[in-house]
Amino acid sequence: MTTMRERFYAVAREALDENERVAVVTAQIGTDSIGDHPRHFDVGIREQLMIGVAAGLALEGYRPVAHSYTPFLVERPWEFLKLDLGHNDLGAVLVSTGASYDAARSGRTHQAPEDIALVAALPGWTIHVPGHAEELETLFRRSLSGDDRVYIRLSDEENHARVDGGGFTVLRHGSPGAPLVVAVGPTLRPVLEATAARDLGVAYLATVRPFPHDGVREALADGTDVVLVEPYQAGTSAAEISVALRDRPHRLLALGVPNAEFRHYGSGEEHRAAHGLDAAGIARSLDGFLGAG
Amino acid sequence: MCMATTTTLGYDDLPALLTRLTGDEKHDRSSFSTLDVLWVLYDRVLRDEDRFLLSKGHGPAAFYAVLAAKGIIPVDALDGFGAFDSPLGYHPDRNLAPGVEISSGSLGHGLGVAVGAALTGRRIFCLVGDAELDEGSNWEAVQYAGRVGLASLTAIVVDNDSSEHGWPDGIERRFMLEGWSAQRVDGRDHDALEAALTPVSNATRPRCVVAEVETR
Repeated sequence: MTTMRERFYAVAREALDENERVAVVTAQIGTDSIGDHPRHFDVGIREQLMIGVAAGLALEGYRPVAHSYTPFLVERPWEFLKLDLGHNDLGAVLVSTGASYDAARSGRTHQAPEDIALVAALPGWTIHVPGHAEELETLFRRSLSGDDRVYIRLSDEENHARVDGGGFTVLRHGSPGAPLVVAVGPTLRPVLEATAARDLGVAYLATVRPFPHDGVREALADGTDVVLVEPYQAGTSAAEISVALRDRPHRLLALGVPNAEFRHYGSGEEHRAAHGLDAAGIARSLDGFLGAG
Repeated sequence: MCMATTTTLGYDDLPALLTRLTGDEKHDRSSFSTLDVLWVLYDRVLRDEDRFLLSKGHGPAAFYAVLAAKGIIPVDALDGFGAFDSPLGYHPDRNLAPGVEISSGSLGHGLGVAVGAALTGRRIFCLVGDAELDEGSNWEAVQYAGRVGLASLTAIVVDNDSSEHGWPDGIERRFMLEGWSAQRVDGRDHDALEAALTPVSNATRPRCVVAEVETR
């Protein structure tokens, strides 16, 4: 199966060949995979410059794509996202790889569960968290045709199959008043496993900004309990749920990566399990919040 | 700050120690490029009261092997390299591994911390890579250290010509322009490294030692 990362590189190469607006800026990550092209600029290990160069290309009418590991695309040059792109009102497509802990063996420097919260703190960004390589391709191609600011988060973890229907899709309805589980991106796979025997609604969310307030509200119907499962920092979209249900009494359980230093190496699977984001951990949390199913 | 009380193993033991650090093949070359500089530092140059910061955290296998050879970390810890509960990951964490003064792996952080530590007057040695110098944060540290004449600071640049766009006219020239003394030595020649890395008592400027090794 093609990974999201492989699919991204293939589509980026194709876009460079076929779309004269597209330019790609890298900083020594993915450079060889994208390959030589007159509009592929590798700036060396200079991530702040990478964003500045992307802004300059946008100023000249290009559709820049910037790519690196998550911490080096978002965290290190964050002010450059805010000013060079945001404050200048220039567009770009930022595509990260590594997610929260894909590079767990590399330690904290290469883990970035904070990325969505950081980008979401800036106005005007569309944020995609695809759960499958085919979704990534659709979202990336759509992003290339725009002029806005888009952040796409790739991950090694993927769902069994793509979900069609846009950024927010109700996959399963529970009985009237049943709780709603909102699975973000690649958390759908363990969520489906953990909820198979429960009377729950399950919705899938791949576009987390703008947040689908109306969709969540309608999907919850007469229910009061919402479980939000995010593959990054827990509660990143908790405030958005509150906005969606601002005039309705509700309870929210927000699952994700805790906001704490987690001093372990190992594999992504081990980190997922430690954070309770595998199927068993999600099932335990549901039991605690809703009572045993 | 991190010296063992006794030397347990020698330079010739390092290859065997390195074979125990498996899984990070992506960084094999990075690890090997620093091996002799690290050995000379820990075997001949560093005093107990000195501090060494590995800014180039990519490929720390050589660092771990030298720390193990010097008895700073247990040799058996090498076998768990990268495992969930191992203190030794693909990038070092100062809170997990003894002898690791700064957590590194995101490039361009070590020199700034080194400047801060050197401002106290302690002898500080900081190892960076030639490609790591791409990061602009390094140059803020280089410029400030040069302006204030931070003689207690030694930056070691391991140069394996891996910077994507290179350093025309040489890395050492850029440090000298900012007020540093700088020299280039053979990064595999232990005597030359010892001579270059051992601080002189009457220094008035920060020092840069470019240790040239095989091209990546």
